[in-house]
Amino acid sequence: MDTAAARATSALPDIPCDAEGPVFREPWEAQAFAMALALHERGLFTWSEWAATLASEIKQAQAAGDPDTGETYYRHWLATLERLIAEKGVTTSETLHRYRAAWDHAADRTPHGTPIVLRPEDFD
Amino acid sequence: MTDHDHHHHEHDHSELSETELRVRALETILTEKGYVDPPALDAIIQAYETKIGPHNGARVVAKAWSDPAFKRALLEDGTKAVGTLGHVSRVGDHLVVVENTPQRHNMVVCTLCSCYPWEMLGLPPVWYKAAPYRSRAVKDPRGVLADFDVSLPNETEIRVWDSTAETRFLVLPMRPAGTEGWSEQQLAELVTRDSMIGTGFPKIPGAPS
Repeated sequence: MDTAAARATSALPDIPCDAEGPVFREPWEAQAFAMALALHERGLFTWSEWAATLASEIKQAQAAGDPDTGETYYRHWLATLERLIAEKGVTTSETLHRYRAAWDHAADRTPHGTPIVLRPEDFD
Repeated sequence: MTDHDHHHHEHDHSELSETELRVRALETILTEKGYVDPPALDAIIQAYETKIGPHNGARVVAKAWSDPAFKRALLEDGTKAVGTLGHVSRVGDHLVVVENTPQRHNMVVCTLCSCYPWEMLGLPPVWYKAAPYRSRAVKDPRGVLADFDVSLPNETEIRVWDSTAETRFLVLPMRPAGTEGWSEQQLAELVTRDSMIGTGFPKIPGAPS
């Protein structure tokens, strides 16, 4: 495990791990993990700030009926990423929605087996 | 001779789940604003490539090497056979297992989306997602294999399988010689990801890994 990941797992003991370090159920979980690691390295937030936001996301989700089985950990992680970057003024939730819709449009028009690439018209 | 099997459906388009859309949106915005660098993210992710998904491809291959009835079932209906192993959460809609023999070597392309059986193999390697691999694998599979230090006898046919939205492929490599009497667990240690994509061979027993 590299040192950035080691710092993350010691600051956030709930990260699903095996003996060697973090484990992921699906590829997107690793992507979300990597983005948080990179933003932390850039100093956008501290792990204690992250932990507080993540805890509040989990609490909200549980209040809304999240089963709390640990399987949804990275869903909360993703929500935390979205919330923190909006709070830090990196982007807004409107922009996030616009980009999601654009990616959805890009996937729709992309034949299977070709890379899905965003184009300006996907934002129309 | 090279066969290239196209299973593309004309109206097949790509699909991204709601979660994947959110992740892509985030990554695009963060990249555009200079907060993250995609190659750096890839490097972090690659460090975990063996830690993603149940990663049971090696187990499936080892079982097929040891258990002829399972092997037959696997080649007949991959999804069903893997399902009988119980612990598999999702193998995707339609898993086709293709067997390597001295006469034929199988190699899988595509991979740009959910058609890659990551549940069994872990993450696709970065090179695998690259457009050059895809186009070259189809046109010049022997050349691509040479880049991976894989050389096959001239008389071995190379068959390239192109995944579709519905069908994913898993290569069943040939069982290495010198493994008679090995347990499934020992055998599974020899099965590499690349050997299940067809760009490598299983490890050689006794060779340093």
